[in-house]
Amino acid sequence: MTPRRRSLATAVLVTLIGTGVLWWGTDGFNAFTAESARRYAVRTDPPVVPVVLLQDQDGRHFTLQDLHGRLVAVEFIYVNCPTVCVALGQAFQRLRDALPAERLGYDVVLLSISFDPRRDRPQRLADYARRYAADGMAWRVARVADEAELALLLQTFGIVVIPDGFGGFEHNAALHLVDRDGRLVRIDDYDRPLAFAAQVRARL
Amino acid sequence: MTVRHVDPRAAVPLAAYALLATPPLRALLETAMTTHMLVQLPLLAALGAYMAGRLPATLRRRLDGCNAGGLPFMLLALFASAYWMLPRALDGALNHGYLELAKFISLPLLVGAPLALSWRRLSVIARGFLWSKLLSMLVVLGWLYSVAPTRVCTNYLVDQQVLLGRSQLMLALLLGLWLAGRLFFGGRPAGVPDPGGTWSRHSWARAPRNNTEQSNG
Repeated sequence: MTPRRRSLATAVLVTLIGTGVLWWGTDGFNAFTAESARRYAVRTDPPVVPVVLLQDQDGRHFTLQDLHGRLVAVEFIYVNCPTVCVALGQAFQRLRDALPAERLGYDVVLLSISFDPRRDRPQRLADYARRYAADGMAWRVARVADEAELALLLQTFGIVVIPDGFGGFEHNAALHLVDRDGRLVRIDDYDRPLAFAAQVRARL
Repeated sequence: MTVRHVDPRAAVPLAAYALLATPPLRALLETAMTTHMLVQLPLLAALGAYMAGRLPATLRRRLDGCNAGGLPFMLLALFASAYWMLPRALDGALNHGYLELAKFISLPLLVGAPLALSWRRLSVIARGFLWSKLLSMLVVLGWLYSVAPTRVCTNYLVDQQVLLGRSQLMLALLLGLWLAGRLFFGGRPAGVPDPGGTWSRHSWARAPRNNTEQSNG
């Protein structure tokens, strides 16, 4: 082969492999950030949520599996959060108000999970619950009872939590939907709670 | 880069590579988004570029044989660097060992080295294209990162992202000034062919003897 042909072959090969790698690395040009990747991943291949013992604002212990047969909307928060969790809390309020009241607590449960279990004892969870009028039935505010299980829970949901150096945390915030079989099926933006509510209603 | 053929002077870049790959320096550079993107990644590519200048002549000739006009290898460097520009690739390297390994292998081998092998073979237009692409990329990403309300990397705080954005804008400004300065002082007028003059004096890959000068990438 002449150098010119070899070069052409190299360029074509590079383009094919390069495009292939970029395709693979972005889930077919669908997800360019880790956040969009986790949303895309749960939609195509919903992971089963792990059995993790939780404790709610009334001190009751339960697991996500105890909520089997119900739809569960999940958000991850910490009580001291000054910024994004406020928006998350308000998003959950709007979600609750957009769902049929008679199904709340029976067919669908809202669950705020704190990833700061050491500080967020039931007492403080109750403070958070009062702030948003979470009743403990339709909307439970909980922490992970055993801190060792926190990592597994966060990993399954794709939540990365980094201490911000001022006693708070930076974390990816979104609305998560766990279906009746305990699979994480949707992750959506927290600034569009009504679209999320429509998704939930469609499954009721 | 087989061990038998390595020039004794290659010991320094190899040591630098080893240093970059060991936990203390690696962790230090990866704690901040800015040093990860603007120090670690370019250094890895620069090491590859430096080593490309030390390739044995036979291998070099064989590689040149499928790199007409420098275009195929430039394409390779563009694709490989495009991958590492993806925010999730950065997250991936931090979260998964195999992607971190891929980063340490691909940046020298698939970005730095091919760019160095291509640079002197590229036409003035192709080099101008690369410079303008680099500049525009820095400005666009810098602007995006300094104003984006959400984090593109789940492993980094939003203020680090802002810092990276501002650093990129600053870098683009300095690079632009330097390019303009070269044009006005001591450079040749734009558009005039450059038979081994100013533009190639600053190339990454040179004959081994003269390779002590700083690269400008």
